[in-house]
Amino acid sequence: MQQEEPTRNWWDIVVEVLKRHEVKLVAYVPDNVLAPLIKTLHADPYFTVYCPAREEEAVGIVTGAYMAGLRGIVLMQTSGFATLPNVLASLVRPYQIPLLMMISERGTMGDHQLGQVMVCRTMVPILNSMGIETHRMTSLQDLDFMVDGMIHQAFATQEAAALLLSPLLTKKR
Amino acid sequence: MDLTQLKTNTKQACTVLNRSAMTRLLVSKLTHGEAVIGGIGNNNFDLWASGQREHNFYMLGSMGLTSAIALGVAIAQPARRTYALEGDGSLLMQLGSLGTVAASGAENLVIVVWDNGIYQITGSQPTLTGQAVDLVGAARACGIEKSVWATSEDEFSRLIDLTRQEAGPWFIGVRVDGDKPAGVTERDPSKIRQRFMQALAS
Repeated sequence: MQQEEPTRNWWDIVVEVLKRHEVKLVAYVPDNVLAPLIKTLHADPYFTVYCPAREEEAVGIVTGAYMAGLRGIVLMQTSGFATLPNVLASLVRPYQIPLLMMISERGTMGDHQLGQVMVCRTMVPILNSMGIETHRMTSLQDLDFMVDGMIHQAFATQEAAALLLSPLLTKKR
Repeated sequence: MDLTQLKTNTKQACTVLNRSAMTRLLVSKLTHGEAVIGGIGNNNFDLWASGQREHNFYMLGSMGLTSAIALGVAIAQPARRTYALEGDGSLLMQLGSLGTVAASGAENLVIVVWDNGIYQITGSQPTLTGQAVDLVGAARACGIEKSVWATSEDEFSRLIDLTRQEAGPWFIGVRVDGDKPAGVTERDPSKIRQRFMQALAS
């Protein structure tokens, strides 16, 4: 009988890929979907983890750290992303900062919160309008390939990247 | 200098100083490759005019994020002191960042706020600090214990000396006038970033 490989969680894969690329700094504003990832990052001494008051601050912190030689990522939910267009358009894009954003996609496929639903529809159009590389992570199988490739491309091209965690992957909304 | 005594300084007791002159004074003391993040508008214009050190970063947009960027630099390079030059209007947009700085315990971070009580660059409309808000009080309430008003040029000078010897995070409030900045920053973001990154990499 063939033995099945034990299934890994999406957050374990994310953590592994972050380490592969020496992304050591994490700045986040909390989210329920991201909670297991956040918990894992806090528990792992490899990562320096900050929880500022606002997503803009998280972008500022990760930007400053990048310029000083430390790679980082910002974690947030859809509604948090909606607070970012100014900093993306006036800091991240003009200064060519390879900002990594991991955003849990709320407000779709069954969300009961109207606020999240309306905000969700604005997210990808905003990212597209700024020319920011954006992909939805939908399957466990493709996750390593996509996260790995997007992080590599971001630093290789001095471009920001938005990694959207779809409910198809996280099974939460 | 007795810090306990300095902490009793009030905003009302502050002499109104000149931002360009105080920026030059501050920069003249930074002899160890300290990083300086100049906030949006006149703050980075005066930083630019003070001599364009390679360790300076000029923030042309992203109002309110000077302290956050400086904190990121401070986290990445704990052995290097980092100064954030912020305006009152900017800081009012992002008061939560004071709590983030306090919680970080970044010992190598110094925030200087030039408080002229106006949005000078947009036509000198009054900010909330001209009416109600005491930013040093806010910083202390957010948990930055070493939050002090500099009541005179001499005191500001000695406080900067202190920030180079004692662990922070520091928050220094300076009341300034509404005089024009001494220059205008060259607006080339990629050049600004590359120069700053090269300086910080060495």
